[in-house]
Amino acid sequence: MSLEKSEVDTISRLAAISVDATEVDQLTAKISNVLDLFQRMEAVDTTNVEPMSHPLDQVQRLREDVVTETDHHKQYQKLAPAAEKGMYLVPQVID
Amino acid sequence: MTWEVVIGLEIHAQLTTKTKIFSGSSISYGAEPNTQANLLDLGMPGQLPVLNKAVIPKAIKLGLAIGAEIGRRSVFDRKNYFYPDLPKGYQTSQFSFPIVDKGGVVEIEVEGETKKIGVTRAHLEEDAGKSIHDAFPGQTGVDLNRAGTPLLEIVSEPDMRSAKEAVAYAKKMHELVQYLGICDGNMQEGSFRVDSNVSIHKPGTPFGTRAELKNINSFKFIEQAIELEIERQIEVLESGGQVVQETRLYDADKNETRSMREKEEANDYRYFPCPDLLPVVITEEDIEAVRAEMPEMPDAKRKRYVADFNLSDYDAAFLTGSRAMAEYFEAVVAKTNEAKVSANWVMGELSKSLNQNGLDVADSPVSADMLAGLIERIQDNTISGKIAKQVFDAMLSGEGSADEIVENKGLKQITDSSAIEALVDDVLANNTAQVEAYKGGQEKMFGFFVGQVMKASQGQANPAQVNQILKDKLK
Repeated sequence: MSLEKSEVDTISRLAAISVDATEVDQLTAKISNVLDLFQRMEAVDTTNVEPMSHPLDQVQRLREDVVTETDHHKQYQKLAPAAEKGMYLVPQVID
Repeated sequence: MTWEVVIGLEIHAQLTTKTKIFSGSSISYGAEPNTQANLLDLGMPGQLPVLNKAVIPKAIKLGLAIGAEIGRRSVFDRKNYFYPDLPKGYQTSQFSFPIVDKGGVVEIEVEGETKKIGVTRAHLEEDAGKSIHDAFPGQTGVDLNRAGTPLLEIVSEPDMRSAKEAVAYAKKMHELVQYLGICDGNMQEGSFRVDSNVSIHKPGTPFGTRAELKNINSFKFIEQAIELEIERQIEVLESGGQVVQETRLYDADKNETRSMREKEEANDYRYFPCPDLLPVVITEEDIEAVRAEMPEMPDAKRKRYVADFNLSDYDAAFLTGSRAMAEYFEAVVAKTNEAKVSANWVMGELSKSLNQNGLDVADSPVSADMLAGLIERIQDNTISGKIAKQVFDAMLSGEGSADEIVENKGLKQITDSSAIEALVDDVLANNTAQVEAYKGGQEKMFGFFVGQVMKASQGQANPAQVNQILKDKLK
């Protein structure tokens, strides 16, 4: 199954990964190969196979509904590129 | 052929927990920005989510209330999108195996007709943070206090055919989650948010392309927004255009909907099972434990009020309007044993005063016990109904219980016949002209005498006795 270059553009945009124009050909071929592999796997009859999302035969551990976290926003905001009035600042996301 | 409207709703109900769904940060409303956002909420590497125990029975409660299947093995998935309000780059949600599965049904009533609305599913997920767009020039401020707040997203079937039906369903769900005690229902604070998917098509043809109306915080505006959106889509289609799949915002000031952004295709979210969270297994015992705690549902309550208390449908609907209201009413009746009289007081004076002061029944300055105490004094003839209103006002302003107020203000009803007789004699002696007129055939004068005696007694004479004594004296 071969991908179009435009599809690679879409995928990189959705994943927020910038892809250099020179890499697009190579990436298109690589991702197409992965999809080919999936296509081959689709040939296997899985009618009686239970889907496995988690390989461990364990269930979720739960936490009591009790506040255990305290306020450290001043320390955390030292790591942020920009913070003001308690807010983290990011490039404008809406016009 | 006319257009048929198709509406489905996605309701986000914030669950009433103390902490976030996957971390131990508080979710109390109105905290200073980012003081309730910990490393997990910030999307720091190496942080692992641990599910809050309290969300599971709350979700099961909803499932049981609407008769849905409970997902015995429910799985968390990652819904991928990049937006600064969720720094992890995905929202933890449930996709293929939601905690509340298919089969749910809710009954609504619109203009006398009942209709069943299907509930497709309800799943647990985390809320996103808040973006502040107008406070910092050229930049967006991000407050992550809300990120990770537990939500139950309740997805309906596209079963509604008008804005009225959609609002009836939303109100029903609003009532339900509050009765169940799983959500406080506060729409202003965003604890209960309704997104409407609206499309139109010709009957017998496939559904049209839908537009989504998001985050409208009152039932009135939901109805207006849907009406407007229907009109807009009809105009677009009838002028040969096409409806685009998109999210639209409702502007209450301008009373219009406008495009927000094109909705990403569903599969663009690239859901996949979250490897940081194991499946949640719910046993039969878990479900039975929740079932044992289920409160009486509003529909059942309404029917019981009509059957057992002999109340009208209207009264029953009013009194079961919220769980707090129903609990208040039932507490009053438990003491007075008089459903109709209690209903009249709760729906009349009490509700009027609560409305005037913008209070919820749960915060009423007159407790159910106090109101019952007042009604008991009317029933045992200690005070008249008229004086009772005066006592009620005094209770409202915090002057104590009915007994205390009656005692302190000397409001006890006069039932001593000789005392009333003396009052009557006085009135008749001071109004000889009116007595002549009455005896001359002007029978309506009788009311005048009653009024004068009541006035002389400062409203405290027993009205039945006043009537009887007057009749005897005027023979």
